[in-house]
Amino acid sequence: MSNTPRSVSAEYAAGHSKIYWLIHDSKIVAWRNLLQFYRNIEALFFDAIQPIIFILLFAFVFGGAIDVGDSSYRSFLIPGIFVQTIAFAGASASVGLNDDMAKGLIDRFRSLPMNAGAVLFGRTSSDLFRGVITLVIMSITGLAIGWRITGGFFEAILAYLLLLGFGFAMSWIGALIGLSVSNPQIASTAGFAWLFPLTFVSNAFVPTQTMPSWLQTIAEWNPISAIVAAERLLFGYEIDTSTGSFPMQNPVLMSVIWIVLILAIFMPLAIRKFKVATSR
Amino acid sequence: MSFAVEARGLTKSYKNVQALAGVDLVVPTGTILGLLGPNGAGKTTTVRILSTLLKPDSGTAQVAGVDIFKNPAQAREIIGLSGQYAAVDENLTGRENLIMVGRLFRLPKKLAIEKADELLAKFNLTDAGNRIVKTYSGGMRRRLDLASALISNPTVLFLDEPTTGLDPRSRLMMWQVIKDLVSEGTTVLLTTQYLEEADQLADNIMVIDHGRVIAEGTANELKQKIGGERIEVRVPIEKVKQASDALQNIGSGEVMIELDHITVPVSGKGGSKVVEAVRALDGLGIEIEEIQLRQPTLDEVFLTLTGHAAEEVNV
Repeated sequence: MSNTPRSVSAEYAAGHSKIYWLIHDSKIVAWRNLLQFYRNIEALFFDAIQPIIFILLFAFVFGGAIDVGDSSYRSFLIPGIFVQTIAFAGASASVGLNDDMAKGLIDRFRSLPMNAGAVLFGRTSSDLFRGVITLVIMSITGLAIGWRITGGFFEAILAYLLLLGFGFAMSWIGALIGLSVSNPQIASTAGFAWLFPLTFVSNAFVPTQTMPSWLQTIAEWNPISAIVAAERLLFGYEIDTSTGSFPMQNPVLMSVIWIVLILAIFMPLAIRKFKVATSR
Repeated sequence: MSFAVEARGLTKSYKNVQALAGVDLVVPTGTILGLLGPNGAGKTTTVRILSTLLKPDSGTAQVAGVDIFKNPAQAREIIGLSGQYAAVDENLTGRENLIMVGRLFRLPKKLAIEKADELLAKFNLTDAGNRIVKTYSGGMRRRLDLASALISNPTVLFLDEPTTGLDPRSRLMMWQVIKDLVSEGTTVLLTTQYLEEADQLADNIMVIDHGRVIAEGTANELKQKIGGERIEVRVPIEKVKQASDALQNIGSGEVMIELDHITVPVSGKGGSKVVEAVRALDGLGIEIEEIQLRQPTLDEVFLTLTGHAAEEVNV
């Protein structure tokens, strides 16, 4: 065997900053995640088809039954589905990381002199990339059934950025869950279970005005509602921001606050968990 | 003598189970230490602690002079770990797996690719290198996992049950690989449940049970510890009782009977004890179908040391 000096890694590393290595290592992990993902034709198919099904299902099944005032339910609904789908994508971090843990890959990573955050950053950023694809598919489907962006161009860009930022934040919650449970079956249940009440007790599918007042308060302070309201606003759907709770009056600001808050809490928690994560 | 691994007083408890109750161990540079014990003895916990995956409750450890609890990052640059289950990505090819590990080891891209191809060749995986790992056999996965651990040319290699679950041919292959590594200067700490494996590979053996080291030494020293050689005789089954009484007088310990086989430990010059045994049995008119003088097996060592067989599971 050729004799690589054993400190080659240290020498090479010495010339670069910690951030450089975090990005370097995260990129490799993200590359591996995407390679793994896009090789799995089945997963790829369902990943593409699920957002389409969601949009068609809600638009055609609920579309006629839910009254949202004078404008069409589809324009009201599409932003809600965007947010829901992006939120659910957070669970893929739970499942993916737990699978890596069960297969011993996390042990392999942890035995390497790589940056401790890189496996998680790699995971959350590859999920972010998938989020972009998902949003493209959903937007095309939405446009095909009559949804239109009626707001400004920059507002629309901001709307997509908020969605991606929210998806990124949700991935970190998913990562913490994935690292905390004992096996992949539990990870997929635990990763999804909390997302149902989170996404449904919100303004995503129905106006909160129809809820009992205590539930309405909860729903309006739900991060999902702020994001959904921000999406509607930015995509040009008329919403009333003159009354109601603070998040409903300032949905864009509140969305940014939620994203920052979630990241500030869950990033360090997940990284700390990763540092002691073991396969058994 | 310099030690590549030096650990003192390692303890670790989980909830109500004490996994390690104070383990001391040293591995001289360029040798193999075999950690032998049944499931749940604390072998894996020891390896996980020494490879920086797990923090002990107390104790100190140095690997190639690096304090692994103070400088885990530095320690990770000089160790290689191959675990009980092949830690390889099933959805990547073998080659991609190795390149990924090499890149995460911060080897420049070109060097990572070179090392990957070199290791594929070394482990007979060149042909399978561009195939998805899902299609690999158990033995191939293990070899790939070991190759991943070797990307960095580690000074110290930790192998947790490297051949558990492998077929005999793959096991022999793995043994040869480990022997080659040590001849190239790597220090190895391996755990095993296979007594034969420790006997075959290890320069020193530590027998571990319930989180404690209960014996250590070379294979031969361990065998000495439980009373030298064994005489094993096969006689017609109806004469077993009579023969064992006669052998009891010659032996230095308890006679073991298994159907028509009688085993008795002897001390002193084994050869002359065999002559004594032959004379005694012949004098009683017992026909000897087979007689041999042999070293005790490590199974016998384990039974003597712990009071239970090595296969017993104590989880």
